[in-house]
Amino acid sequence: MLTSLFNSFFDGISIGSVLLLSALGLAVVFGLMGVINMAHGELMMLGAYTTFVVQNAFKPLGQPWFGAYIFVALIAAFLVTALLGLVLEKGVIRHLYGRPLETLLATWGVSLILQQFVRSVSWVMMLGLVVFCGFFFGAMTLLSRRSHFQRIRGWAITMLLPLSAGIAWAASSTLGQKYQLAVTKPWFGAQNVDVTAPGWLRGGIRLLGAYQMPYVRLFILSLTIICILGMYVFLQRSVWGLRIRAVTQNRSMSACLGIPTQRVDALTFALGSGLAGIAGCAVSLLGSVGPNTGQNYIVDTFMVVVVGGVGKLVGSIAAAMAIGIANYLIGANALSPLVAWFPPLANLLEFFANSSMAKVLVFALIVTFLQFRPAGMFPQKGRTVDA
Amino acid sequence: MARGFGRREFLIMGSVASGSVLLKACTPGSQDSGSPSGDTIKVGILHSLSGTMAISEKSVVDAEKLAIKEINESGGVLGKQIEAVVEDGQSDWDKFSEKAKKLIDQDKVVTVFGCWTSASRKAVKPVFESKDHMLWYPVQYEGQECSKNIFYTGAAPNQQIEPSVDWLLEEYKGKPFFLVGSDYVFPRTANTIIKAQLEAKGGKVVGEEYIQLGSTDVTPVISKIQAALPEGGVIYNSLNGDTNVAFFKQLQGKGLGPDKYPSMSVSIAEEEVKAIGVEYLKDHYAAWNYFQTVDSPESTKFVEAFKKEYGDDRVVNDPMEAAYIMVYLWKQAVEQAGTADDLEKVRAAAIGQEFAAPNGPVKVAGNHHISKTVRIGKIREDGLFEIVNSTDGPVEPIAWNQFVKETKGYACDWSDPGKGEKYKK
Amino acid sequence: MADTSPLNAQRPRRLRQTSLMMEVGIVIVIALLILFVVPLLLTAFGQEFRINMLGRFMALAIVALGIDLIWGYTGMLSLGHGVFFSLGGYAFAMFLQLQLPEGELPEFFTLYGVTELPFFWQPFHSLPFALAALILIPALVAALLGYLVFRNRIRGVYFSILTQASLIVFFHFFNSQQELINGTNGLKTDTAKIFDVYAGSDQAQSVFYTLTVVGLVLAYGLCRWLTSGRLGKLLIAIRDDESRVRFSGYNPTGYKVLVFAVSAGLAGIAGALYTVQSGIISPKTMDIAFSIEMVIWVAVGGRASLVGAVLGALTVNFAKSILSEQFPEIWLFFQGALFLIVVTVLPGGFVGWLRTQGQDLFRSLIGRRRRLMTYPRLAEDPEVEYERQNLRN
Repeated sequence: MLTSLFNSFFDGISIGSVLLLSALGLAVVFGLMGVINMAHGELMMLGAYTTFVVQNAFKPLGQPWFGAYIFVALIAAFLVTALLGLVLEKGVIRHLYGRPLETLLATWGVSLILQQFVRSVSWVMMLGLVVFCGFFFGAMTLLSRRSHFQRIRGWAITMLLPLSAGIAWAASSTLGQKYQLAVTKPWFGAQNVDVTAPGWLRGGIRLLGAYQMPYVRLFILSLTIICILGMYVFLQRSVWGLRIRAVTQNRSMSACLGIPTQRVDALTFALGSGLAGIAGCAVSLLGSVGPNTGQNYIVDTFMVVVVGGVGKLVGSIAAAMAIGIANYLIGANALSPLVAWFPPLANLLEFFANSSMAKVLVFALIVTFLQFRPAGMFPQKGRTVDA
Repeated sequence: MARGFGRREFLIMGSVASGSVLLKACTPGSQDSGSPSGDTIKVGILHSLSGTMAISEKSVVDAEKLAIKEINESGGVLGKQIEAVVEDGQSDWDKFSEKAKKLIDQDKVVTVFGCWTSASRKAVKPVFESKDHMLWYPVQYEGQECSKNIFYTGAAPNQQIEPSVDWLLEEYKGKPFFLVGSDYVFPRTANTIIKAQLEAKGGKVVGEEYIQLGSTDVTPVISKIQAALPEGGVIYNSLNGDTNVAFFKQLQGKGLGPDKYPSMSVSIAEEEVKAIGVEYLKDHYAAWNYFQTVDSPESTKFVEAFKKEYGDDRVVNDPMEAAYIMVYLWKQAVEQAGTADDLEKVRAAAIGQEFAAPNGPVKVAGNHHISKTVRIGKIREDGLFEIVNSTDGPVEPIAWNQFVKETKGYACDWSDPGKGEKYKK
Repeated sequence: MADTSPLNAQRPRRLRQTSLMMEVGIVIVIALLILFVVPLLLTAFGQEFRINMLGRFMALAIVALGIDLIWGYTGMLSLGHGVFFSLGGYAFAMFLQLQLPEGELPEFFTLYGVTELPFFWQPFHSLPFALAALILIPALVAALLGYLVFRNRIRGVYFSILTQASLIVFFHFFNSQQELINGTNGLKTDTAKIFDVYAGSDQAQSVFYTLTVVGLVLAYGLCRWLTSGRLGKLLIAIRDDESRVRFSGYNPTGYKVLVFAVSAGLAGIAGALYTVQSGIISPKTMDIAFSIEMVIWVAVGGRASLVGAVLGALTVNFAKSILSEQFPEIWLFFQGALFLIVVTVLPGGFVGWLRTQGQDLFRSLIGRRRRLMTYPRLAEDPEVEYERQNLRN
């Protein structure tokens, strides 16, 4: 009895740690900057695809090198998604600060584009994109050096946009016709791709009785701990961390004191996106990797941040663990033996004891919880009316 | 995929490349054919090209297009070229019925090849029935249906589920069963059948769990399996799509290997093995009518044609094979009827059509299903299946299940106007 | 175009009446056109199936009106309207499913071995109950949720996320309860009989089409009535500065609950009308994406403009079906780009653009001088005009 409860507790924690790892990036972006990033799930998905690419690059090397691919993949996933986050911040989100609802819609648009992108991307398309960006932004940069740029800006855009699109179009179509399938075949396609954990991560250690703790879960647990410690040290001990905290607390005051708030924003967003990439790499070891992977996580991670209290890392930790454990206990029907003496309650728990109904109950509990603590478990203290 | 799609269209229709690739990608087959519309026969292809089900349905579309291309190259149907109008059901049942209406009313197609999930088939069924049209459906399904307007070329339960349960009872004598499935009509009905069958034959079911389609929360279910089968047992798996990936990855992580916990899957074929990763699946079982490893001239020809068209790394699977042969069956029916437009005649002519399919000889039965060979495969190192058991010849399809109380004693026969959809034997 | 200026009340009474009469006239003429001329035109062009599409999209336009009411006017972004839409749709679909000979159960129940009708299906035998339920159930759910949320002063992004969480609750519930409401497969209505005709028949469909047009006109009228006058002003005040409204002695909670419930009721009607025309209602309509799409219709048309909401719903949906017919594989690119462009370049939507840049563009096209722009546009603010005139006297 006790061992099974202990085991369920452990399973719950391991579910919670996945939630926490995926929510960490969001806690930074949403919690610290107040930006709702609906594309967070898709950044995770890109992290997972990066893992897939790295894995395939390591395959020819054979053992023992292949076993180490996961570490390279973690770094690569971080870098790729952080870079994309940077582009996203500079291109879209920068223009929408202070309008959270608009950001929400815009990032949803980004997430749709990213989903279709991984389905469609092929050499031809990539080439077209590169040519287009090269021509368009190159020409814009050249033009922007000229003094009367502001006057001709609108005109330049209307001219350059179709022009560079046309060139890109023509270039990719000639390439497509010349090399046929070799370049038009999508890299990943709409199908799921397989990421296999390296050999040393398969299997698990036996704990109490027949219970086995998978190595993958332990790996993710330790990864989560490392990420949290890293974040903590970065925020508390480094110069940029200090600046991020300052901007979070009072943007205009920080700007007055000479903190480059725009660069802080860009950095924070890139950091949050990079964490999403790491999370994506981690979840690729547990589940499927496909264009829709990110969708599974987005709502759960938002719940973690909101329940925990915005802007508090400790809140996110507590919330992720609470949600993870609750989800497991209800879904695996671990509680009903405890209340067997009271049949109606046990029957009720039985009714909710599958993964869908467990979600129903957990989300209903979250909605109820937020009635009592609208600002989450660890609310930010302040004196504004918008508490 | 956009450009890849265009390329395929381009190859299939054999049209002269002109204009840009993107333009081509954006143009559905109809505008691409290059031949005047007067001497073509229009058919509809209705599958999900986006959304959750795109994973499986895309390759079925590939197989259907391959068959159409082959037919066109060898002279077409009744001397006319086939022109495919492709529609995207977007994994959304209500889109399916909308697009079905569009294909019938606007494009005036003479038949539709399409659907994967039972939900999408059930959503379009009223459309095809009310417009008295024709749908060819290529996927194994739960049975309990026999529409005048639908031809089912996938396996009925007695051509996949029942033989595989019999085989498991034989192979793993006395072991208890645990049923896992996605939460929709196919697994639910399949498990109802399995439970009835096991009860009749002395097997034991210790648990039954459902996971929502597309969900990856499998840990609670795995814990339940562990608790219910402490000494090992058979897992009968009718999970669909993404969930399988999480399920097998975590099954292995928890130490539930195929030695003590062999699993029989009914929705995992070559494509899925590739996506899940063979490391997690080795030595598990799957039941189908066709595997890529089937050793016959027809099978080799099909595999080679497919790889030539779409690349060497692609694999074929059972639903793709069913999709491929149903186009040929339709063609034969049209040729026998001498018309493509008079659906009444085509449907009548379709019954009794025979074809040397990659899975073996098939024949359309009076109940609009086809007879096929049943096989059980064990997943090999290379991601393909080692065929461990197969029936001697084709198994006749049974639409209304004989293990389920409500439909016991009923049958379906469209070749006899007096019998129809459901009659008591 | 609807004049949504909050200052209608201050215009001379006669002018107000004339413009109101004009608007009513225009709306009726458009409604008659859609009812009688458009179907004929579409049939003439061999596009009959678009009539059904138009009918369904007009049903969606009713949801868009509701969303505009709470988002455009009151500033609450709901990402959970799919719930209300589906509740309405399910309520009516359940009624249709029960149109069977005495003692028979809807077909899908036999698949799961259910032999007795679940208790909550019982009242749906009656048409009046079903009709009331398809409005009242969504409205009551919204009122309850809204009351709890607004009482705690949860708003902005948190409100959006909470509505999304409720969406997930309902989605999983409907999706997993096969024995109760047929789970993923949803309920089909085409083969059900209503007043001795099949709901999928042409005859019934044309009735549903007419009902949708009438419903849309009524919904427009209701929203128009709510947003003009004092309530409309209060709603806009809540949107622009809720705390200030509170400090002025109003309690915004009641008003917010009211518009949220009205909006949900509209979504329920829309859901029912949509369901009977598409022939199926399934948990897919409680997908996260669908509810966010509803918001984008309003954003494209123009927030805080009722005409914009209707136009937005119609254009985006037609664009969606036409584009996904022509470019089935890259439709998502278009949709994503639409989100991005509307939010970054056209924050006021199409109608907003017409009101500002569009007018100027038009003026310059016909060779007139551009109007001088002063910030904050004192010159065109009717309130300023009014005060100026009064001060001069």
